[in-house]
Amino acid sequence: MSTDLALSLNEVRKKFGQTAIINGVNLDIRKGERHAVIGPNGAGKSTLFNLISGRFPVSSGSIKLHGEEITQLPTYHINRRGLSRSFQVTNIFAKLSVYENIRCAVLWSQGYKYSFWHRVSKLKEVHARSEEILDSINLDHRRDTLAGLLSYAEQRALEIGVTIAGGANVILLDEPTAGMSHSETDLAVALIRKVSEGKTLVMVEHDMGVVFNLADRISVLVYGEVIATGKPEEIRANPRVQEAYLGTTAHA
Amino acid sequence: MNKRWLAWLVATVVAIILPLVFKQSFALSLFCQMGINIIFALSYNMLLGQTGLLSFGHAVYFGLGAFFSIHALNMISAGTLGLPVSLLPLIGGLTGLAFGVLFGYVSTKRSGTPFSMISLGIGELVAACSLMFTAFFGGEQGISGNRVAGAKTLGISFGPQIEVYYLIAIWAILCAALMYALTKTPLGRMANAVRDNAERAQFVGYNPQFVRYFILILASGFAGVAGGLSAINYEIVTVENVNTTTSGSVLLMTFIGGVGSFYGPIIGAILVTFLQVALSGYTKAWLLYFGLFFLIMVMYAPGGLASLIELHRPAWKASLTRKLAPSYALAAIAGLIALAGLIGLVEIIYNIKTAAGSGSEMSLLGIKFDAANTMPWVTCSVLLIGGLLLLRAVAPRVRSSWDHITLALRTKGAT
Repeated sequence: MSTDLALSLNEVRKKFGQTAIINGVNLDIRKGERHAVIGPNGAGKSTLFNLISGRFPVSSGSIKLHGEEITQLPTYHINRRGLSRSFQVTNIFAKLSVYENIRCAVLWSQGYKYSFWHRVSKLKEVHARSEEILDSINLDHRRDTLAGLLSYAEQRALEIGVTIAGGANVILLDEPTAGMSHSETDLAVALIRKVSEGKTLVMVEHDMGVVFNLADRISVLVYGEVIATGKPEEIRANPRVQEAYLGTTAHA
Repeated sequence: MNKRWLAWLVATVVAIILPLVFKQSFALSLFCQMGINIIFALSYNMLLGQTGLLSFGHAVYFGLGAFFSIHALNMISAGTLGLPVSLLPLIGGLTGLAFGVLFGYVSTKRSGTPFSMISLGIGELVAACSLMFTAFFGGEQGISGNRVAGAKTLGISFGPQIEVYYLIAIWAILCAALMYALTKTPLGRMANAVRDNAERAQFVGYNPQFVRYFILILASGFAGVAGGLSAINYEIVTVENVNTTTSGSVLLMTFIGGVGSFYGPIIGAILVTFLQVALSGYTKAWLLYFGLFFLIMVMYAPGGLASLIELHRPAWKASLTRKLAPSYALAAIAGLIALAGLIGLVEIIYNIKTAAGSGSEMSLLGIKFDAANTMPWVTCSVLLIGGLLLLRAVAPRVRSSWDHITLALRTKGAT
């Protein structure tokens, strides 16, 4: 039963001091689905991602990845178990080239760990994998540019590239299209669709066009609680959601 | 790729012929010191430049490597240790590694300012221990030894300085090559990644603490090798080798040379060693000049000398450096005038303050004068202020010639 769930959150809570940000979240993400988490500003969407990926410790509750407990694991252990995430504010290796950014993200998954006896330029499978990623995020022509010098949309694409490079099968994207123009957003959606093929995708997104276009299922987070989960049309029809969220921002 | 091999080849050839060209014993001991400092500074840059760790206690590993090496040397002399002297730096290296494992476990738990503070604390701790355990550290006289020890291999006794020079040269090239190779390994690449963004490194599967720890262990090992060579070269190791003076000195060398590129610390080690030895022979005020030089570097070229070289590389490749020459020449003249005034003032003050017993007569650059007169003061002040004003006047010319070059490079790049 639980094995067809990629991620399973049970009564997850997070308090910062006295303030409860996440208030008992129950959320099941099925294997292979594209799941969007939506909700008004301050609902705790990014905090939820930080809890799942181990960036913040949870106050109580449990998080399971493929049925295995990951609740108190450090971030890098969670990553090694096949969960990778991107960030709302671009979080890349600014002084390394685009190619090197991708290569650094590939190294662990290929088993090179902390090796100081392999020559990185001689690692054919690492190179091949990096090329593949570079190609899929359409940054091949910018490979030698320092990541910090890329345009905003390019940095967002690289952010996704670094996230998927390790071959994780559960991918968390935090507002992948934030701050993009219409045409850039369309490209980003196509990219996300391509790279999440055959994987489980969870994303936080504000752009409803993107959400309803991409997501198989949607969860609505309000004040640290999931008030509804379902298919896009169910969510659209849900009166509680309309009241709490869509009613106020869908027309904005 | 080929260019890199060429650079290594040139460095090796230079290392071989250097003592054949400069035969004075003064030059030879200078080269030995440079070789040791090159290893030391490169190992320091594994931390500062490659991993972004500013250490104030790198001398700990250098100094402890030197102390263990000199004790090992004395054991070789006594016949209780059967190790050729040429392999003594290995003892230093292993010592560095071992203490890296020990201290690094504590210091690399953090990065940034906490790391610096912990490294300073460990440095003070070891310096304090060095004064307490006099049996091992030798108290104020330190521990001395005799490098002519054990069986001769291939007729090499390490009595003559030239033999020590070649030993240092071989170890320096070997260590430099290993440290360079390390930057091309997964660990070396991830060190850069952790330097840039430790958090992101965690989300691609790496524990940044481990990356820092492994790099520190290896850097300490190389520092220990340098310490071992220093024990052979000077045949004495004192508490100064482990304390903050030495830690500060390697920081200055690395920073002045430039942390941004692999060869930066090599330039820094060569230049700073030269200044330390040469300037200290000429003037008592050398530390003041050295401090000023460091200050100017930090203010105007925070990337070190290597960054200045890298800055001019594109212009050089496009053979545009000729356009810079006139404005640079003007700036150099203005700078020299200011420098002459500054040196004059500093030397007069030092003469009055430190040589009070021997009268106020002095000579500078062959010019004899009386420091008690007002004339030298006025002349030097005018030179200094005039030179600085000239520099200010020339600065826009330098800037505009750079603007021309940037423009020319950009249009070239566009076509």
